[in-house]
Amino acid sequence: MFMKQLSVFVENKQGALAKVMAMLSDNGINMRAVSIADTQDFGILRIIVKEVDKAKAILKESRVIVSVTEVVGVEIPDTPGSLSKVLSVLDEGQVNVEYVYAFVTPGKSESAYMVVRAGDNVKATEVLNAAGIHTLTQEDLEAML
Amino acid sequence: MAYFQQEIETASREQITAWQNERLAATVKRVYDNVPLYRERMDAAGVKPEDIKTIEDLTKLPYTSKQDLRDTYPYGMFAVPMKDVVRLHASSGTTGKQIVVGYTQHDLDVWADICARQLVAVGATPEDKIHVSYGYGLFTGGFGLHGGAEKLGCVSIPVSSGNTARQLTIMQDFGSDVLACTPSYAMYLGESAEKAGIDTSKLPLRAGIFGAEPWTEEMRQNIEKSLNIKAYDIYGLTEIMGPGVSYECECQQGMHVNEDHFIIEIINPETGEHMPDGEKGEIVFSCITKEAFPLLRFRTKDIGTITHEKCACGRTFVRMSKPMGRTDDMLIIRGVNVFPSQIETVLLQMDQSPNYQIIVDRVGVLDTLEVQVELTEDKFSDTISEISKVEKDLTEKLKSLLGIAAKVTLVAPGTIARSEGKAKRVIDKRKK
Repeated sequence: MFMKQLSVFVENKQGALAKVMAMLSDNGINMRAVSIADTQDFGILRIIVKEVDKAKAILKESRVIVSVTEVVGVEIPDTPGSLSKVLSVLDEGQVNVEYVYAFVTPGKSESAYMVVRAGDNVKATEVLNAAGIHTLTQEDLEAML
Repeated sequence: MAYFQQEIETASREQITAWQNERLAATVKRVYDNVPLYRERMDAAGVKPEDIKTIEDLTKLPYTSKQDLRDTYPYGMFAVPMKDVVRLHASSGTTGKQIVVGYTQHDLDVWADICARQLVAVGATPEDKIHVSYGYGLFTGGFGLHGGAEKLGCVSIPVSSGNTARQLTIMQDFGSDVLACTPSYAMYLGESAEKAGIDTSKLPLRAGIFGAEPWTEEMRQNIEKSLNIKAYDIYGLTEIMGPGVSYECECQQGMHVNEDHFIIEIINPETGEHMPDGEKGEIVFSCITKEAFPLLRFRTKDIGTITHEKCACGRTFVRMSKPMGRTDDMLIIRGVNVFPSQIETVLLQMDQSPNYQIIVDRVGVLDTLEVQVELTEDKFSDTISEISKVEKDLTEKLKSLLGIAAKVTLVAPGTIARSEGKAKRVIDKRKK
C-alpha cells in the first residue's frame, strides 16, 4: 500500500554524492525524486525510482549502505495550498511527519506528488484517504512512469 | 645551586650503589616474605632472597607487569598489613580494571621528599606559593606535589584541576610563584590568560612543574613564553609512587631519577638485555625503599634513554629522557591513558562494526580524540534522528569509559584504510 524509497548513507565529504549518483546513472537508473538530509558528518540521500530492487542491488554491490523505506505517496493538485491541506489533514489526524519532499511528472500527469514519511504510515494513509486525498502505491508509481 | 637533600642528591656513584645494594636486598627479602606473587615467581625461577646481594643480581628477579597488578587487584601486591597503610591512590589508567596502590606514612614522607627535591631543583624556596592544578583525589598528581610543597615549607595552594577563570584569578590574587599541572593545561592557562588580557610578565609566577603526559620541546617553549616562566618536566607513575620518580633540574637536560629510592633499568623489550647509555629501550623501575607497594622490575612500557653523564647542576643521579613512546599502543590524551582496545570493547558492546579508526590530534592546545566507525546496515535508518542517536549513544558510552570526550563519526563501509587486510587503528597527528 506504500511507495518505496531508497535511503542511502552518504558521508558528508567531497565526491561522495557524485559517486552514488554515478553508480545509478551508469546502470541507466532514472530518478524521479531526490532529497538529502545532511548533518556535519553525513547525509541521508532519499531517492524515488521505478526500479527499486535493481537500484538497491547496484548500490549494495558497491558496499553502499542502502535500505528501502516505505513512504506515503500523496497525489495533490499542482496548485498553491494543496500541500498545506495535506499537512493539516495529517495534523488533525495527529500524525507526525518525519520528512516530506515533492516531485512532478511533466507530460504524464497534471498532479504533483508528495513523498511523506510519517511516524505512522498506515494511519497517515487512512486519514488522508478519509479526507478524499489519493495516495499512491509503488505499483501506481511504476505504472505511471 | 640549591638542593633539598644535598648529601643525597650529589652523592658519589659508589655511595648510590652502596645504598641501592643494601636497600634492594632488604626489599627483595621483604616482598618474598609478604607478597605471594613474588614468592611464587622467585621460587619458580629458583631465586632465593639471599641470592640478591647487589644491583648486579637484579636481572635474576622476575619482572612485574601491569597485568600482574590487575590479577592481584585490589591488595594482592601490598607488602604490609592494612594497619600500616595510611593512604590509597588508584591509577588513571582505565584499561578495564583500575589498579590501587597503598602508602605507609614512611612512603608518604619519601614521596614528599622527592617532590620537595623537584621543587628546590626548579628554584622554589619556603617563601613560595605552589599552585597545584593537578587533580586531587585518587589520581596521584595533586597530593604528590602538595606533599612536596608542604615538606619544603612552601605555601601549598590546592586549587586542583578545572575552572580556568578561577585558576587565573587565584594566580593573580594569591600571587602563585610555582605552577604544577599537566603541560597541556599549562598551555591552556597561558592561552586563557592572554585572552583575558592578563599580562603574565606582571605575575610573580616564575616556574612550572609539568608532567603526567608526554610533551614536546615546542610545548615547553610555548608555555615558557605564554606564562613567562621556566617550564620543567617531572616523571612518575602511580604504580611506583606518583609524580617525582624523576625530576628535571634547572639545566632542563633530562630528569634525575631518585636513585636512593628507585632503580631504573633500560631494557630491550624483546630480549630483556640492558641498553647502554643513550640507547632507547623500555624503562623498568624497582622500588627499594617503598613499604606498602614495593614493585620489583616494573615494566612501564615507556620507551626512553638514560645517561650517567655529569649534570651541570651537581646532582649525581642518573638522568632519563622524556618518554619517547610506548611499547604498547597506549595513547595519552589530555593526560588520560587511552588504549585502542578500550574503544574497541565499547564498539563491540554496542554492536558496532569492528572497523574503526582513532584519530588523535591537537587543535590549538587541546588534544582531540575522534573515533570513526564504519556504519553497518542494521544501524542505518532513513531518518537523521535515528542515526544521530547511534552517534550520541556511542559518544556517551566512550565518555563514561574513557573519562574524556571523543567525537564519534560514522563513515561509509570500506572507507577506513586497510593495509594487508588489517586496519590502521590509530592515527596520531600530534607526532611530528
